[in-house]
Amino acid sequence: MQELINRAKELLADGTVVRVLGWKKGDLPYNPEPHIFTSAQELEKDFIYNGFCGANLSKYMIAATKLEGKTLVFLKPCDTFSFNQLIKEHQVNRDNAYIIGVGCKGKLDHRKFAAMGLGDIAEISGIELSDACDRIHVKTIYGEEKDIDYRDVMLERCFFCKTKEHQIFDEKLLDSKDTVAEGADRFEEVRKIEAMTPAERYAFFRSELSKCIRCNACRNVCPACNCRHCVFDNTKYDTAQKANADTFEENMFHIIRAFHVAGRCTDCGECSRVCPQNIPLHLFNRKFILDADDLYGEFQAGSDTTTPGPLTAYTLHDVEPAAGLERSRG
Amino acid sequence: MKKIAKENLPKLFAEVSAAMDLFTPVKMADVTNWGLWDDSRVADLDTLKTVKSPKDVFFPQCQTLYMVHHDDNGFEISPMKLTEKPFCVFGIRPCDVKALTVMDQVFLNQEPVDTFYKARREHAVLVSLACHKPAQTCFCKVFGTDAAAPDADVAMWKIDEFFYLEAQTEKGTAWLDQFADAFEDAEGAGDKIAKEQDSIRSIVESLPYTHLSLEGWGPGKVEEKFNDPHWKELSDACLACGTCTFVCPTCQCYDIKDFNTGHGIQRYRCWDSCMYSDFTLMAAANNRLTQMQRYRQRFMHKLVYFPENNNGLYMCVGCGRCVDKCPQALNIVKVIKTMGKENADV
Repeated sequence: MQELINRAKELLADGTVVRVLGWKKGDLPYNPEPHIFTSAQELEKDFIYNGFCGANLSKYMIAATKLEGKTLVFLKPCDTFSFNQLIKEHQVNRDNAYIIGVGCKGKLDHRKFAAMGLGDIAEISGIELSDACDRIHVKTIYGEEKDIDYRDVMLERCFFCKTKEHQIFDEKLLDSKDTVAEGADRFEEVRKIEAMTPAERYAFFRSELSKCIRCNACRNVCPACNCRHCVFDNTKYDTAQKANADTFEENMFHIIRAFHVAGRCTDCGECSRVCPQNIPLHLFNRKFILDADDLYGEFQAGSDTTTPGPLTAYTLHDVEPAAGLERSRG
Repeated sequence: MKKIAKENLPKLFAEVSAAMDLFTPVKMADVTNWGLWDDSRVADLDTLKTVKSPKDVFFPQCQTLYMVHHDDNGFEISPMKLTEKPFCVFGIRPCDVKALTVMDQVFLNQEPVDTFYKARREHAVLVSLACHKPAQTCFCKVFGTDAAAPDADVAMWKIDEFFYLEAQTEKGTAWLDQFADAFEDAEGAGDKIAKEQDSIRSIVESLPYTHLSLEGWGPGKVEEKFNDPHWKELSDACLACGTCTFVCPTCQCYDIKDFNTGHGIQRYRCWDSCMYSDFTLMAAANNRLTQMQRYRQRFMHKLVYFPENNNGLYMCVGCGRCVDKCPQALNIVKVIKTMGKENADV
């Protein structure tokens, strides 16, 4: 971690960048927050990078690259897909960004600690990038001590990590460690849902979506949700919604959002990470990715900054609209 | 003092729900939230913090106020009925009970009184459960709540596999009497309760946020805090989502909206969030244009404006839900620390 701080200080000192977007130490061992650093002193005091730094910083660069001078941003491999996609959509100014691709060994999910009765973390070790991706030692405020497996508390998305290669960077620091189990299939859950009867599928989504409190955390954290003014916030039309007035609205908000990010979603998994009600929102996106791969050929949003997405490019070989109807009839 | 074995709760719940609506934490799709109990649902009294607070029971996230029906004969306006029957809120935590007194200031203790809220408050029987194992993110003591001594119609403690209940109001006594058959006498359990209370209080003392200082906040700090330069850096990472406001037991701002039913209008209110871009939007414009201003508003309201207008009562009860749930780990504790006494030299 000190390498990251040192490099950021150098780049600040030589004037390459004027601010640094990274993670700031929390007041508990597991709650670092995204933060803009502007001085060496502040970096030395508060900068942190460990297993709890799951936040994808790409979206903050929409605002940061509009400021005067370059912003240094630390991006994990998966975050770089989002950044590329934002370039493709003309949302970030590449010239105002200095990207340090930082290694990753999978990020942690505090909810999984809580589910194991270890949520009240007083001390924790084994979560630095330099530690092996192996055992974590946790001590709770109740004095309980336990050794647990890193993978038992890892974010869902990290089990299906696309790659540990950064897709865009100015330089790279620290090596990644592999997190993907052999034979891991990120579409496995989607296929399970596809195999359900329509009634079972409806029941599954109703039980999950009925928890939605319309806090919009999924939308606001999503790098693909970069409309300046979301249709659901627009008071000029009847589309503005502050609460789900009925079950129809609970369903439709998420389905409409999934359609809107289809072909642009990089599957970064932030939507599911931030949902206060643990709704597995990534399943919608993965369903769309699977369908788009199936109908238009395999495509990974954000793997570069130029290839048009499956739904924004037209080719003579595009699938006919009727194909969708045929699929739905089985 | 009465007691009931944990295994007999479903039987009690069946009896209570036959007589009145029963609200309790229920686990569904992997998370625990407040809900109306029926025999298809399993109460979850072990989870310390429901995701949403029980605020919904008194002030629903979405609530129809009246219906307007339009036909050839003109308009007909039908206000929604007020709650007329008693109902039970079983397992509410001490901090969430305190939150009701905060909401009372807004909805009951000033004109105009909110009739919907008033009816809910008057008909509720609160059975409050002491917090056997408070969490790291709890700081109710900062705002004067004792997690070991619930201030409700019935106070309840869970010790081993039994729930001990003591009526503290007439309403509470009547409720315990109504379902007397479900309970066993527990006279002489005072020592057990005292031991449990000691244990809870000693845990609370050891929690990291318990000794959070509110010095520098409260009445008379409007100018000083409004102009504090820290708001910018504190709010930089804020996503402008409404998670903190919607899981909060004391946030009470709402919006009023109309839904076109095709043959009239359904006028309803729903929770609003000061994090949202159209909050305080007026015909001319919005007086808050940046997220920094919105973020500042939320904490100024809780820590300065509200106590200024309500004899020092803070609009936070230290339940810690926002600390647990903020997607980017921003929260009121960090605000209090950064701009309060603890960091006065920074």
